[in-house]
Amino acid sequence: MEDKKHHISSFNSLLMVLIGLFIMTGISVMITEIHFSTFSVGVALLLASIKGYLVLTYFMHLKYDEPIFRIMVFLILLLFAIVIGITFIDYLLR
Amino acid sequence: MSHEFNDDVGKKMGMWIFIFTELFLFGGLFLVYAVFRANYTEGFHSAAADLDAFVGTLNTVILLASSATVAMSITAVQKGNNKLALRFIIVTVILALAFMVNKYFEWGHKFDLKLYPGSEIMEQLGKGEILFFGLYYMMTGLHALHVIIGVVLLMISYFKVKNGTVNSQKFIFLENSGLYWHLVDFIWIFLFPLMYLVT
Amino acid sequence: MESTQATNHVSYLQHKPHKIGILNWILSTDHKRIGLLYLYSIMVFFIVAAFLGLLMRIEKFAPGETIMDAQTYNGVFTVHGIIMIFIIVIPGLAAVFGNFFLPILIGAKDVAFPKLNLFSWYIYIAGAILALISQFASGGAPDTGWTFYVPYSADSSTNVIWALTAAFILGFSSILTGLNFIVTIHRLRAPGMSWFRMPLFPWSIYATSWIQVLATPIVGITLLMVIAERTLNIGFFDPALGGDPILFQHLFWIYSHPAVYIMILPAMGVVTEIFPTFSQKPIFGYSAIALSSVAIAAVGYFVWGHHMFTTGISYWSRWFFSFLTFIVAVPSAIKVFNWISTMYGGSIDLKPPLLWAIGFIFLFMIGGLTGLVLGALATNVHVHDTTFVVAHFHYIIFGGMGFAFFAGLHYWFPKMFGKMYNIKLANISFIITFIGFNVLYFPLFIIGLQGMPRRYFDYFPEYQYGHVISTIGAFILIIGIFIMLFNFFRGARKGEIAPANPWKGVTLDWQIESPPTLLNFDEIPVITEKPYTFKKEEEA
Ligand SMILES: [Cu+2]
Repeated sequence: MEDKKHHISSFNSLLMVLIGLFIMTGISVMITEIHFSTFSVGVALLLASIKGYLVLTYFMHLKYDEPIFRIMVFLILLLFAIVIGITFIDYLLR
Repeated sequence: MSHEFNDDVGKKMGMWIFIFTELFLFGGLFLVYAVFRANYTEGFHSAAADLDAFVGTLNTVILLASSATVAMSITAVQKGNNKLALRFIIVTVILALAFMVNKYFEWGHKFDLKLYPGSEIMEQLGKGEILFFGLYYMMTGLHALHVIIGVVLLMISYFKVKNGTVNSQKFIFLENSGLYWHLVDFIWIFLFPLMYLVT
Repeated sequence: MESTQATNHVSYLQHKPHKIGILNWILSTDHKRIGLLYLYSIMVFFIVAAFLGLLMRIEKFAPGETIMDAQTYNGVFTVHGIIMIFIIVIPGLAAVFGNFFLPILIGAKDVAFPKLNLFSWYIYIAGAILALISQFASGGAPDTGWTFYVPYSADSSTNVIWALTAAFILGFSSILTGLNFIVTIHRLRAPGMSWFRMPLFPWSIYATSWIQVLATPIVGITLLMVIAERTLNIGFFDPALGGDPILFQHLFWIYSHPAVYIMILPAMGVVTEIFPTFSQKPIFGYSAIALSSVAIAAVGYFVWGHHMFTTGISYWSRWFFSFLTFIVAVPSAIKVFNWISTMYGGSIDLKPPLLWAIGFIFLFMIGGLTGLVLGALATNVHVHDTTFVVAHFHYIIFGGMGFAFFAGLHYWFPKMFGKMYNIKLANISFIITFIGFNVLYFPLFIIGLQGMPRRYFDYFPEYQYGHVISTIGAFILIIGIFIMLFNFFRGARKGEIAPANPWKGVTLDWQIESPPTLLNFDEIPVITEKPYTFKKEEEA
């Protein structure tokens, strides 16, 4: 089980990720101040996705863990996207 | 392949799968949100304007920071520095409590304005507004419940680190509590723009 | 049998660490005992729910009020549905045979999280008791049907909240069981057992578990939303407040269609174990069966809308759901062809497990083909909400899952209890049950086509022929089932001692003692070949 050494995230890298997350939070707040309506929500969601990606990859350690976890997370998020998409086949085309 | 029952990869997999179910639990609400937002774009905009973006941003910063500190506590344990790890866990718990205090005042303020489901003021609002506030209470309420569960897990981890059951060789419990805490953060990352920034 | 060797060589049934008998059961984390706990609980609830079903059939013996009024009838069909669906068929095969045989078939000593496993059973019992309370508490039995459709479920003055909470809690139990099995399959396979050397019952459990984990939370949150609707007046599903009742149906079926696969996939897995053993031939198309389980689980997640064709969902989404519904029939058909091909040219031994498995194929085919009638847009409108639907899903759930459950019981009974039931009596009970089943449900297809709506306690006189035949069938069916249960009880108490491998099976479950020892294997086996490799006689 202990064949390969467990990867340890350094304090510095965690701090860098946190700073990145703060910056993106700032950007998304500022963009909505400009009132682009739908566009700004799109950007805010895009930024949220990047933030989510960072949390999954670095904080939740997916980058360094067994690949199976990454595959599972990817498929689960894909599944959720498909479910939303299929529901909207109904709501958008009614 | 391992046959040990204390198989750390297996335990972590169990936690991940549990996180998936939590994601789908919230996923149902996000789906409801998406449908109603598509149907009542205007109402959602005007209702979201009633939320205090400052409080929301503050809580986002708090949760992000707490996510980083719990990750750091794992690093500290792995490096064998249990004392430092304990400090990081305490900071995480304090941040979590700060989040809850903020939430308490935010909800309290809404209740002072009589903005809650079934109130007279709510019934005079448009349909989009009613649904938005319904979702607001349900989603942030469910999220707050998860914050509380996360805090309990962190407290247990604290004592496990303290008495040495979690140490540089065996840290899966802390790792799993950390994963759960990140889930709480992950969901908030999406709740925040959808609730506070759709104005 | 009575081995007096080292303590770890005692059968799991003789292993009694506690002085008080019952504690050996309710505190045991042994996957085999937990499997039996589920078996006994399911059996008790099955008798209750079957009795409710019988009451409904008696009510329909003649038009008008026969033995109960309309409101009682509403409560009876609702509670019948809730118990049958959430307490019996959803945990059903996975919780009983999955718990008992999944670890054995993959060469493990237990599931990955034994304590969590026991905890799931406690949650299950809590939910089950709550469901029973909902029937008897003061507000009156819930009358919404097991589907809890809004707006009625938000308005009905009966104990809907109790029933919703019960279903929510039962879902939680189902999630934890699924989680446990996924980790077990990923982490605890015996050395050398690669994915494609794994027997097919574990494959089907794997696919099932993923559905349990990923679909159940959706219905969980939906039920919570209905509770919030009733208690907090939130309005998600109330058009007066801007909500959308159709959205409830989307959310509900996102879970409840995959739930059909939670029920049927393990059933398919069980019969897949039975056919090779009683044909003494390797399974035909191993990979096709394994992957079709996964395909059914994956595609089955996206067909939920076929329950909503008449609700006014968009044209394109009806088209889409109907199309995918036809697609998902393909992997099911692949399995059926493979089972039949397995029997072809084999040395068939028509013992009770095989009889039940063949009965399964026959009834499942009728259920599946009538499912296509419902999956097609045009015909669906005609038979929507008629007894045609009732007959269809009883053919799938009872004829499919139920018969596979009984097939599995007959197959594994000697392994589970170390005793044998009476083969002749088992054959008789099969024949009676099979006849009773068809007499009960087939007429419902016909009167359904003629326009008999479901969930009505009354009907026009022209439907009486069908209803009378159906009610007679219900009595035949009940007699058959009681003979079967009697046979099992007698077998477990004073049946002959069963050998370790009565059916000459080759999977791991037949290589260990009957009943298994506490840790299943003296030594974890090393797997070197595909499952279902039958050696020639002389080698044995
Ligand atoms: Cu369906």
